[in-house]
Amino acid sequence: MKPDLPNSFRTGPDEHGHFGIFGGRFVAETLMPLILDLEQAYTKAKADPSFQAELDHLATHYVGRPSPLYYAERLTQHLGGAKIYFKRDELNHTGAHKINNVLGQIQLALRMGKKRIIAETGAGQHGVATATACAKYGLECVVYMGAVDVERQKPNVFRMNMLGAKIVPVQSGARTLKDAMNEALRDWVTNVADTFYCIGTAAGPHPYPAMVRDFQSIIGKETREQMQQAEGRLPDSLVACIGGGSNAIGLFHPFLDDRSVEIYGVEAAGHGLAVPDGHAASLAGGRPGVLHGNRTYLLMDEDGQINEGHSISAGLDYPGIGPEHAWLRDMGRVTYLSATDKQALEAFQMCCKLEGIIPALEPAHALAAVMELAPKKPKDHLMVMNMCGRGDKDIFTVAEHLGGM
Amino acid sequence: MTQTRIDHRFAKTRAEGRAALVTFIMAGDPDFATSLQILKTLPKAGADVIELGMPFTDPMADGPSIQAAGLRALKSGMTLKKTLALVAEFRREDQATPIVLMGYYNPIYVYGVDQFLIDAKASGIDGLIIVDLPPEEDSELCEPALKAGLNFIRLATPTTDDKRLPKVLTNTSGFVYYVSITGITGAATPDYSKVADAVARLKRHTQLPIAVGFGVKNAQSAAAIAVHADGVVVGTALVDVIAAASKPDQAQQGDVITHVSNFVGQLVSGIQQARSKA
Repeated sequence: MKPDLPNSFRTGPDEHGHFGIFGGRFVAETLMPLILDLEQAYTKAKADPSFQAELDHLATHYVGRPSPLYYAERLTQHLGGAKIYFKRDELNHTGAHKINNVLGQIQLALRMGKKRIIAETGAGQHGVATATACAKYGLECVVYMGAVDVERQKPNVFRMNMLGAKIVPVQSGARTLKDAMNEALRDWVTNVADTFYCIGTAAGPHPYPAMVRDFQSIIGKETREQMQQAEGRLPDSLVACIGGGSNAIGLFHPFLDDRSVEIYGVEAAGHGLAVPDGHAASLAGGRPGVLHGNRTYLLMDEDGQINEGHSISAGLDYPGIGPEHAWLRDMGRVTYLSATDKQALEAFQMCCKLEGIIPALEPAHALAAVMELAPKKPKDHLMVMNMCGRGDKDIFTVAEHLGGM
Repeated sequence: MTQTRIDHRFAKTRAEGRAALVTFIMAGDPDFATSLQILKTLPKAGADVIELGMPFTDPMADGPSIQAAGLRALKSGMTLKKTLALVAEFRREDQATPIVLMGYYNPIYVYGVDQFLIDAKASGIDGLIIVDLPPEEDSELCEPALKAGLNFIRLATPTTDDKRLPKVLTNTSGFVYYVSITGITGAATPDYSKVADAVARLKRHTQLPIAVGFGVKNAQSAAAIAVHADGVVVGTALVDVIAAASKPDQAQQGDVITHVSNFVGQLVSGIQQARSKA
């Protein structure tokens, strides 16, 4: 049975942080007052024009926004269907969309008088962005990173070191993003007085999913304007990869009420959706559960124990997904697809060779979906893919898989 | 709500003029059979209330010892269903010692709240402590649990100020679990004078017994807490005793029981000394 569709898909969450049944505030009592404080501080900042003005200034002069909307001409010709545009968020300072959110949260931390910033990171992009902003503002920075990810994302570990952050390799569980988040929460519960937890994706307890989405929505807002300028109309489809889903919700959110726009989120199918514990596609292979402060789709066993998941991409290797995506999926507004490690690697190589752009392995998943979708569309179909990160950090991982080392 | 085993037990320790000893172990650590033996040993050794951990892969508020205990239990095949079965087995012999399940919400949510409450009640469980269910999420499990006749025991922490305390205490029953530090289980020893102030502050807001935990490591720290509180919770230190005694190259199961029994005995005497001093 289809649920009743709302008049708008853009009004969530409700006052309790719920998107339908998803979201919420499932945290330990120690953290509850902090989360309520944060919500209050964010509400106040949103209403203050000087907050937005400061963010706009940073976006222009520090991040390098707006990022270009680029017509990928050779890829378009090669696939022979839709006209493909890349939203070039990989050209941002620090090399990914993560900085959009971090600067927002750090501005908020400064307003709240917090001196110590903690973050979790998977691929290291959020860690690098957080370390960067902390360096800029002279704040102490501690980044939790799964020990496995420390190994497979060495270049970002070096960058964080250069920027003066302390990296804590997490040895518990599968030693990837989920475990890094557990450890960051343990730090926060211990250092409540002076610490701000800068969450990297549109997940976690309310208000994080909505707040991170708001900071990332600049991607979609720019895309709207740029497409108007380039083609005089809205795009026909949007495609973005999803781990926690912050780059995707940032692109999607400003278009959710434009029903003519098809929206596709792409999860990581790892070794394949049929392989137990071999993928990180929470929507395709999971069911609703509660973890890390929110209710959402999770990869788990019969007993509610969380599975590890797998993806070649450290940024997508997470057994959950932001709660707004869970809701958009149940509402049927966004179509969620998946791409395997192998498909992402193929897309990665094609992008390098045809466009002279080395994509991160995360958006390579979105690109794999573009390769499937674009040939089936007419030539006047305008498709936007979010190139949310650059691939410098991934060249060693890719070389290892392709035997180029 | 009618009187529960928890209410009776705290009334008894209060009448005896002493703090209750609340012991935490992880269900299924190191395995079902040993865990059942440990469970049966605890009241005989002097524990007044048992907190039984429900193993979970991602215990966000727990330190390394309890994380490891949960993983040992899961590795031995423990599930929520088996945890309930463990309690049912225990209840064949012991109808008086209260058992409080402690853990995280997801396994219960996946089990199904309604079915879980029916099965938990039938197994002889008396109360629940669910770390990641603050009062803001009371409609999830707290309210249905109270209707089903189970106590819902809330954690109060140093960050729970006077303004928030009434919200935390509404719907709390059985006892209040005061977390003596901001932090995870097994972390630093608390500042006892601050604990005394905190207990006094809680007592101004509630008639319920106050049990204090986090950072209680031995007979001395148990005694220091017992001077002020109605209950002393010992978790990590006991879990560590179990872990050390059940290493495969170590002794037989019988030794685990002896070690647990001795350690609980020390805690009991610590608490008794607190009474004679106070």
